[in-house]
Amino acid sequence: MQRIGDAPAVRRLLVFLAVALSALFLLLPLVAIFAQAFAQGIGVFWANVNNHYTLAAISLTLFVTVLTIPMCLVFGVALAWLVTRFSFPGRRILQTLIDIPFAVSPVVAGLIYLLLYGRNGWLGGWLDTHDIQLMFAWPGILMVTIFVTCPFVARELIPLMQAQGSREEEAAVTLGAPGWTIFRRVTLPNIRWALLYGVILTNARAVGEFGAVSVVSGAIRGQTNTLPLHLEQLYQDYNTVGAFASASLLALIALLTLAAKASMEWRAARREVHA
Amino acid sequence: MSIRLQNVAKHFGNSRALEPLNLDIRDGELVGLLGPSGSGKTTLLRIMAGLESADREPAGRIQFGDRDVTNLHVRDRRVGFVFQHYALFRHMSVFDNVAFGLTVMPRKSRPTSGEIRARVHRLLEMVQLEQLANRYPAQLSGGQQQRVSLARALALRPDVLLLDEPFGALDAKVRQELRRWLRHLHDELNFTSVFVTHDQEEALELSDRVVVMSNGRIEQIDTPDALYRAPVNRFVFEFLGDVNHLEGSVRSGVLTCGDASLKVALPDGEDELLLRPHEVELVEAPTADAHLPVTVTAISPVGAEVRVELEADWLGEPWLATIRHADFERLNLARGVRLFAVPRRWHRFPEERTAAAMSLLETVS
Repeated sequence: MQRIGDAPAVRRLLVFLAVALSALFLLLPLVAIFAQAFAQGIGVFWANVNNHYTLAAISLTLFVTVLTIPMCLVFGVALAWLVTRFSFPGRRILQTLIDIPFAVSPVVAGLIYLLLYGRNGWLGGWLDTHDIQLMFAWPGILMVTIFVTCPFVARELIPLMQAQGSREEEAAVTLGAPGWTIFRRVTLPNIRWALLYGVILTNARAVGEFGAVSVVSGAIRGQTNTLPLHLEQLYQDYNTVGAFASASLLALIALLTLAAKASMEWRAARREVHA
Repeated sequence: MSIRLQNVAKHFGNSRALEPLNLDIRDGELVGLLGPSGSGKTTLLRIMAGLESADREPAGRIQFGDRDVTNLHVRDRRVGFVFQHYALFRHMSVFDNVAFGLTVMPRKSRPTSGEIRARVHRLLEMVQLEQLANRYPAQLSGGQQQRVSLARALALRPDVLLLDEPFGALDAKVRQELRRWLRHLHDELNFTSVFVTHDQEEALELSDRVVVMSNGRIEQIDTPDALYRAPVNRFVFEFLGDVNHLEGSVRSGVLTCGDASLKVALPDGEDELLLRPHEVELVEAPTADAHLPVTVTAISPVGAEVRVELEADWLGEPWLATIRHADFERLNLARGVRLFAVPRRWHRFPEERTAAAMSLLETVS
C-alpha cells in the first residue's frame, strides 16, 4: 500500500532537493575553507598557523572557552533546578529572562557591557579608581561570552527536568539521602545526556562568538584578539590564505564538536535499545 | 508505631487543601484514606511523610509514637513511602533501587556491602523478584515495578509505611493480587500503614479502618463494616456505593411521587429517601406498603448478581437494582418488562442530622 505523498517522483524530487541544498549551502563552503587554506601548500598554511599572533588568538579563545563552560554548566544546572523544582513568584519571568541572550543581538550585548563596565560606564568609574580593567581585556571577553552562551545548558535541561518531575528525588529523600547525594546519584544520571549536549552547544558558540566579543575586546593583536577576530583582521589585511587558515581551525573545532555530538547521540540511542 | 495528627491544616497559596483536622492511627493498623480527587487525602499523606509541611498557623502537631516529628525533615522521619507511579530510579537496576536507602546511610552506621547484598536479596525474595535483580525499571511490568518500590521502601525497616494510590495504575486482576499480598505483608511485618485511594472497594477490602475525606475534611473514620452500615452523612453514603433516590411529599405516613407511593413512618413534608441497589426488590404486583411501578431498560449480568436498570415517569434518574440470578430467571426479566419495586430498607439524611453527626465526629476524633 502507498502512503500519502509517497509517489516515487515526489520522493526522488525531495531527496534531490535535500541533497543538492545541503551540498550547496553546507558542504561546499566547508570544502572551500580547507581548499583556500591549503591553496598555497601546506608550508604556507603552517606558517600562517604557527605565527605568534595566530597562536595567541588560539590560546585566548581556548582560555575563554575553558572558563566559560564550567560557569555556564553551574549556572544552567542551578537555574534549571530552581525553575523546575520550586514554585515561587516570578518563576515565569525568570524563565523568560533566560532567553534574553538569544533574543538580543550579540553586538547590542557587547555594547551594553561596554556601557556598564567601560571607563565612562555606570560601574566603570568605580572599577577605574580600583584599577580594575574589564573592558578591552580578557575578563570582558569572558563576560560577554558567558552572557551569550548562558542559556544553552538551562534550555536543554528545563524541558527534560520538567518532564521527569521530582518524584525520584522525593523518593531518594524519603530513603534518607542527603541533598548532594540526591543530586549526584539521582538527578545527575537522569540529566547527563542533556547536560553534555548543552556543553557541546556552549562550546561551539563560545569558540565562534564574534559580535559581542568584537565590541568589548578592542582587538589588540596578540593580546585581546580571539580566533574569529583575528580571522577578520587577516581578511581585512588581504591575507586570504592566513584568514582561511584560521577559518579552517574554527571549522575543525566545529567538526570535532559535531562529531562528539553525533557519537553521543548514537551512544544514547544504543543505550535506549539495550535498556 | 502509632501516628497522631493534631490540628493539622494546609493551604496552598489562598486555597485551602485541608481544614484543621485530628487523626489517630493505632500501632500496627492498616488505614485507608478514601475520598474523591481534590479531597486532600494525598496532601494529608504527604504531610505525614514530611514531603509537605503543614500550616504554621494554626500550629499543628504530628507524632509518631512518643516522638514529635512535626519539625523533623523527611530524611529523618524514617517512613517508607510508596509513590503513585512508583518513582523508581530509572537509571538503576532493580537491585540498586532496593539497595539505595542502605547505600546512602552515613558511613559509620552503613552495613557492609556484603550485608547490603544479603538484605536486598532477602527483600527481593519477599517480593518474588530475585530473578529480575539486574533488570531496569523500564523492563518491568507495572505490578513488578510496584513490588520493587515496596521492597525499596521497606529496605530501611520503617515503622510507618505510607502508600499513595499504590494500585491505581494497575489492571484489575494484578490490583486484586497485590492488595491481598500487601495485607499479608502488613500482618507479617507488623508496621503501621496508611494508604490513599479513591476506590471504595479497595479501601473497604484492605483497611482496618477507613478515613473518608471530602473537601479537605474528614467525614467519617470507621471500620469498613460500620462505615457501610452506618454512614454518618449523605456524602459518605453516596461515596461508598451506588445510590437510588426517591423524592416526594409525605402525608399521613405515605410518601407519594407521581403515581408512586410508599408507606413510611415519617412526619408530613417534603422528603428524600436513599436506597442501595441491593435494597431494591423486584416483584410482579404491588404490595400493601409499596406501589412503585418501573420499567426495565437495561440488564447486565455481572458476576454473582444481575444489574437491572429501571425507569419510570416518577423517577428523575433511573434506578439500579441488583438481584440474584435465581430471581432474575423467576421473574423472566427482559427489557421493557413492567414490574414493581419494593424497598427492603431505606436511608435518610436530613440536613440537621448531618450537622449533628459532624459535630459529634469532631469531638470524638
